[in-house]
Amino acid sequence: MAVATDEATEARAAEVLRPTSEEEAVAAFGDGADVLVVGGGTIVVPDLTARRLRPRRVLLLREAGLAGVRRDGSRVTIGAATSLQELVDLPAPLGPCAANIADLEIRSAATVGGNLCAGEGLEAPRGDLQGAFLALGAVVRSAGEGGIVEEPLEDFLPRRRRRLALDVSFEEPAAGAFAALDRPHTHDYTALAVSGARAADGTIRLAATGAGSYGVRLRSAEAIAGDPEAAGEAALRDVDPHDDALASAWYRRRVLPVLVRKVLAQLKEAA
Amino acid sequence: MNLTVNGVAREVESPPLTPLLHVLREELGITGPKAGCLQGGCGACTVLVDGEPRRACLLPLAYAEGAEITTVEGLGTPERLAPIQQAFIHHYAAQCGFCTSGMLLAAQAYLARGGSDDPEEIQEALAGHVCRCTGYAKIIDAVAAAARGDSFDLTTTAVGKYTTVTTGGRA
Repeated sequence: MAVATDEATEARAAEVLRPTSEEEAVAAFGDGADVLVVGGGTIVVPDLTARRLRPRRVLLLREAGLAGVRRDGSRVTIGAATSLQELVDLPAPLGPCAANIADLEIRSAATVGGNLCAGEGLEAPRGDLQGAFLALGAVVRSAGEGGIVEEPLEDFLPRRRRRLALDVSFEEPAAGAFAALDRPHTHDYTALAVSGARAADGTIRLAATGAGSYGVRLRSAEAIAGDPEAAGEAALRDVDPHDDALASAWYRRRVLPVLVRKVLAQLKEAA
Repeated sequence: MNLTVNGVAREVESPPLTPLLHVLREELGITGPKAGCLQGGCGACTVLVDGEPRRACLLPLAYAEGAEITTVEGLGTPERLAPIQQAFIHHYAAQCGFCTSGMLLAAQAYLARGGSDDPEEIQEALAGHVCRCTGYAKIIDAVAAAARGDSFDLTTTAVGKYTTVTTGGRA
């Protein structure tokens, strides 16, 4: 098969780095120039096979010891190489959000770091977890130019393509919620999703995925979260939906207020 | 790089980023895993990696190093089919056959972790596997039957009538 031969030739040309510790991974990543990071491979391996990506260096992250969910009091830290399947039993919004992604086989291979750093998909949105972690007020620890930095996910997302995510952490919320618009296939593809969380101090955070090129906080809705009808409409000011194979921008704008209302209702119920 | 395929230790020469699917099909000539979409969307290439179902098209060889790989060729033999294979024959769960090896391995993993005959749980376990003949109902019936531990008389099936390759029937 021609594809295999071409792919094999290409793969031979790339230098493959297989760090076995965080330190080695950070050193191998350097400033991120010319390095393709492979977490679980579910996003980039097809691009390598089809030669849409022709990297000079490839960093295989799975053996770098970055997997696992740790708890320290109410602080939860999730390693970048943790599989999505390992999150499905966590409380909302993270658990239901992870469970809604693809299918068992994909979730078991795909990693949290890959999902957070996912670039724009050609035909459909990627990075479902971005919304759940935004709602949780998560902080990302990452390596790259300037060394290891810890910053809010919101600041990390715009520059994620040049960073190596190491882990993501958050305070366990008092309540969480998740609602999605799925397009059924043999597994569901998430066209649009809203995550919400109420922190211990009562602060409500809302975030959406599938309503722009990456996950976004719904600050206008958060500000009037006590009025779900108005909050749903206000959320439209925070997003910039696209047309893609899953749904039109028009449809997404119609559904977003509904999902915001659902999430706020779930949060209220959890009170 | 070394891996074990269907119980046989193999040394392979493909580069580390080669998808396991290509290593199996092109280098080792094991063609049970099918090259469908090559992007994880169809399930035709699913194999067991240390007992867990994985899309072979998405798994770089480096991540399979040292692993035990099971393809449909390792599930049973023509003379001694695995129960899930007998169930597929009995329930006519294979039509064109292209999705069948992936379906069988995902189902095998489901049975191995104690999966029940509940259709919704079976659907969840087989999510991501496309049957373009749309024979899903019979596939789910077959997995449910295997989960219940049904025994199968394959002599009345087409396979049993026209070949001599089944267990539970005339061999």
